[in-house]
Amino acid sequence: MTDIAIIGGGPAGLSAAIYAASLGAKVTLIDDGLELGGQLIKQTHKFFGSEKQFAGIRGIEIAKKMIQDIKEYDNIEAIANSTVTGYYEDEVITIVQGVNGDILKKLKAKRIIVATGALENMLPFVNNDLPGVYGAGAVQTLMNLYGVVPGNNILMVGAGNIGLIVSYQLLQAGIKVEAIVEALPRIGGYLVHASKIRRLGVPIYTSHTLKEVYGTDCIEKAVISEINRNFEFIPGTEKELEVDTICLAVGLSPLSDLLWQAGCQMKYVPELCGYVALRDDNMKTTKDKIYIAGDVAGIEEASSAMLEGQIAGLNAAVSLGYKCDNYQEQDKKLKAELRELRDNPLSEEIKIGIEKALIRGGRD
Amino acid sequence: MRIKEHPILEFNQKEKVKFTLDGKELEGYKGEPIASALVAAGIKVLSRSIKYHRPRGFFCAIGKCSACLMKVNGVPNIRTCVTKLEEGMKVEIQKGKGDFN
Amino acid sequence: MLERTGIPTDDDLEKVIPDKKRLVQGPVVIIECFQKIPCDPCAISCKLGAIKPFRDINDLPQVDFDKCTGCGICISSCPGLAIFVIDMNYLDEKSLIKLPHEILPLPEKGEDVYALDRAGSMLGKVKVIKVLKIKNKTNIISIEVPKSMVMKVRSIKVEDKNNER
Repeated sequence: MTDIAIIGGGPAGLSAAIYAASLGAKVTLIDDGLELGGQLIKQTHKFFGSEKQFAGIRGIEIAKKMIQDIKEYDNIEAIANSTVTGYYEDEVITIVQGVNGDILKKLKAKRIIVATGALENMLPFVNNDLPGVYGAGAVQTLMNLYGVVPGNNILMVGAGNIGLIVSYQLLQAGIKVEAIVEALPRIGGYLVHASKIRRLGVPIYTSHTLKEVYGTDCIEKAVISEINRNFEFIPGTEKELEVDTICLAVGLSPLSDLLWQAGCQMKYVPELCGYVALRDDNMKTTKDKIYIAGDVAGIEEASSAMLEGQIAGLNAAVSLGYKCDNYQEQDKKLKAELRELRDNPLSEEIKIGIEKALIRGGRD
Repeated sequence: MRIKEHPILEFNQKEKVKFTLDGKELEGYKGEPIASALVAAGIKVLSRSIKYHRPRGFFCAIGKCSACLMKVNGVPNIRTCVTKLEEGMKVEIQKGKGDFN
Repeated sequence: MLERTGIPTDDDLEKVIPDKKRLVQGPVVIIECFQKIPCDPCAISCKLGAIKPFRDINDLPQVDFDKCTGCGICISSCPGLAIFVIDMNYLDEKSLIKLPHEILPLPEKGEDVYALDRAGSMLGKVKVIKVLKIKNKTNIISIEVPKSMVMKVRSIKVEDKNNER
């Protein structure tokens, strides 16, 4: 029996665990990675956001600090390398522990915070199953966690923040990035990221996508093509690139299986990149004891995931009767910071999406 | 291939260990995923698709995509991207759905 | 256009470059940040109030060029590596550029390196005047460039002598 089970040890889950534990709640944090930290432990760049929330600090340093904090709380039990495989009535979850499923455990919790993050999207193109086609997360894992070179000549697909950031990380690892292609007519990520890659000589082709790759047991060549407004290939605009690696950064989808299974009311919200659970502003779903935080609640940045985690951790703990001296003020402050993070033209879509997923006032 | 120098990160790689892929001796670091040691050793094909035997390589790194299922110490369908490498491991490219023979 | 290529246009740059009068007076900051994103470390790093305090974290940086001494402390604070300091009249024929650098190899003082423009094109070889190692690993490199190139050079390429990586 635990007070709060937190599923997922990325930026949202870590923040939720720390906040809830600081109020005295007994927390069990479960993560399926080899180590805690989710995607945060691979982020070598300095974070944006507010100075109050780690801005200017590299993701790896933020992860290090949060994981250290987790270790210092006696009331947090962190279980890595374990997958939550099911939700049962009365907030019982099943945990498969050990990488190849050696141990099955049951855990009953008074509250559950689902912070399972997201899954990378795939892109249809000829031979997209060849070795050398990687998800951007996998490239980061190889390079930034284990110091392994994923390939020698990379084509990055996608100029959102992940595509831009991973391209820069590849350059920092001494690997050649041949080009970045982006299907949309404009760069989706932060322009400062785009500019810093561009001035290192990497071309960014907007309104372009990957058409096909060639090779027998690995990639030898890629063909990119310009596309029109309807995302159709424009004949005659194909370019051949000598690359051995394709890195896909074509978006993420919320990893919401557990929420479906738990019977939370779900909604397809395109602005949040897929099906998400309806939630109130405390991050509570339509199931009274289940909260969400981070990318599973809608694809956004790590900085907003950390704030959502804090809001969920605070409110889950307070709902169990744990005292927060100035709860009203703290709650208001976190929500104001989150609003502030989203108060820019790039977050317009996200704000529309959040409105669609938000429940106001009495329910359940 | 390994990254030798990095402007931000330090790779304090621990203990070197030996393991085999289909009988061929390779080297990796203890505790890293088996699949990462294989990529570092220049191995691109980790498995074959069941029906058409198309090559499959390192893809998701989070144990979700099944491209890196291999036979490890006689046990098939091990997710090598989330299984830690140990000294003397016997790694094999498995045939089809895998078996215990 | 910036949103298609990642390269700021002259129109973009005009908004962030100080006037000629200020340029000749000595080192001054140029912040090539053109998009409202939630990010405020530059304003907090500036102890002189030259980068005006933000009212909202999504504000674009506003510089009071008269307060700026070109000290460069903001350069390594910027997560976007978008801050540069230029000293137009560093020498009679040469200007000085301080730029952020997070790629290996690190150049040495006195070394000749390739100067790159905002598109990554090589503009020729220039001399490194100073290498300032910063704790957060965004090091600051000072290079000496011909005056005509001071508004063009924004990055460097260092030859990898060991060719180790």
